[in-house]
Amino acid sequence: MEPLVLLFLSSGLFLGWALGANDAANVFGTAVGTKMLKWRTAAIICAVFVILGALISGAGTSHTLGKLGSISAMPGAFMTALSAAIAVYSMTKSGLPVSTSQAIVGAIIGWNLFSSNPTDATTLSKILSTWIICPVLSAIIAVILYKTHRFLSKHIKLHMIMADAYTRLALILAGAFGAYSLGANNIANVVGVFIPAKPFPDIMIGTYLFSSTQQLFLLGGIAIAIGVFTYSKGVMMTVGDNLGRLTPITALITVISHSIVLFMFASRGLESWLAGNGLPTIPLVPVSSSQAVVGAVVGISILKGAAGIRWFVLRLIVTGWVATPLIAGVICFIGLFFLQNVFGLVVI
Amino acid sequence: MKPDFHLFRRTRALEQKIDSFFDKLSESSVFFRLAIRVYIKQGLNEEFNTRLQRVNKLESEADVLRREIEKQLYTNTLIPDSRGNVLELIERSDELLSSLEGPLWAFTIEKPDIPKEYRQGFRKLTNMVVKAVDEVGLSGRAFFRSPHDVPAYNHKVMLYEKEADVISTELKKAIFSSDLDLAHKLHLREFVENIDNVADLAEDIADRLAIFAIKRTV
Repeated sequence: MEPLVLLFLSSGLFLGWALGANDAANVFGTAVGTKMLKWRTAAIICAVFVILGALISGAGTSHTLGKLGSISAMPGAFMTALSAAIAVYSMTKSGLPVSTSQAIVGAIIGWNLFSSNPTDATTLSKILSTWIICPVLSAIIAVILYKTHRFLSKHIKLHMIMADAYTRLALILAGAFGAYSLGANNIANVVGVFIPAKPFPDIMIGTYLFSSTQQLFLLGGIAIAIGVFTYSKGVMMTVGDNLGRLTPITALITVISHSIVLFMFASRGLESWLAGNGLPTIPLVPVSSSQAVVGAVVGISILKGAAGIRWFVLRLIVTGWVATPLIAGVICFIGLFFLQNVFGLVVI
Repeated sequence: MKPDFHLFRRTRALEQKIDSFFDKLSESSVFFRLAIRVYIKQGLNEEFNTRLQRVNKLESEADVLRREIEKQLYTNTLIPDSRGNVLELIERSDELLSSLEGPLWAFTIEKPDIPKEYRQGFRKLTNMVVKAVDEVGLSGRAFFRSPHDVPAYNHKVMLYEKEADVISTELKKAIFSSDLDLAHKLHLREFVENIDNVADLAEDIADRLAIFAIKRTV
């Protein structure tokens, strides 16, 4: 492998690290924040399942991102991932909520504009629609789950201590599912732009072909896992306080809703099942894990009378959603200009 | 039979400790009532002492349970959102249990002379107080399993507490309008108040439980 390949990949790995640092909190933050789970337990489960999700189910969303902009030159992919990472990192540092998915989409569009490559309007509108559908769907699922919980808790007289034990177990299972879905759905953000460039040769392990794409997924998954272990603790401890205080049950419902939504937007199996039964399919698009969590929390808050929502924080989040792709796109465009004209690299 | 998964064995054990704690409270109220009935009927005797020792033993056992429950809740960081409420409930219930023991010791030490005409009043007051204690015990149990049912039990606690107040006021009026000497009157009044205080404590716990239950159901 050329050393330059690793250098170019570093931006994607940085983005993966940032994703792990931030989005692990969406999966386990509520559980750790409400002290239902220890951070170490959460981090180990999260790391393992993120990698599994990326390896097993990461292909679907990567395909969609590829359709938005197929970046075949490594320097171009490097800049695209780097600009998304810079947008994510700088916004996180400023305390603004951020979506890796939106950052990478903004960056790819920046690359499209720079390379005069037309942006596929159908794919873009499909992606943009998910930015609205994702939190709304998450809110709807959260409301259904919350109502179901209330109904069941009235009829099943479970002792509070036993309910606490079940909730802990459920938080671990839902967190594992959430981490798997995060890996499956968001790995495209991390290494998706490098797939067309095929930076690694395919490797045969016995009869199993370990393709370049899968090697990228594994590397990206490891980068996310490192982000989880090195930086997510602080984010996890505070995530519950951002929108309002969560109880362990609302934390669980939030994680389940988030995980279901991410899984729906990543699962090829579900897509083919829906298509096979003549039902409308769900686009395989990398969606924002943060938006899914915010949607779920807002859904439950509205059900409870909307008294607990901190509207100022919500406005900040929405501002972040709009600003992220714009910032990433602009950085990408300028960065590509420098790479091409100052360093003389092929970016298109 | 409930399934006993190894995974939840310690949880099940803690659940049983909490149930057992409330068992101690309801058993104590039974022996409290029996002890006072014995005293009113026969004065201090072996049977009264047996009842008193029983309440004393139950109170000690409840203390041990309270410490174990508190320790387990903290060391295992269980029920993070309700832990404070549960600890307060257990501690206040323990105080209630202790308050059942206090008047019985006072009977042993001070041996009040209860004239015949007031014995029925003391009996009625004790019955009402014990009912309030029993209902608050049920309310406490409900808080853990079905918080929606707490208001129904609390309603009865309030009812019994008010009735206990009415009975104690009537009893004190009767005592102070009698020809007994003042020291005797004051002595009897103190016992009426000691017994009535138990219902007041039960009502305080019910008030707290109402808030705790709302927090669990919203």
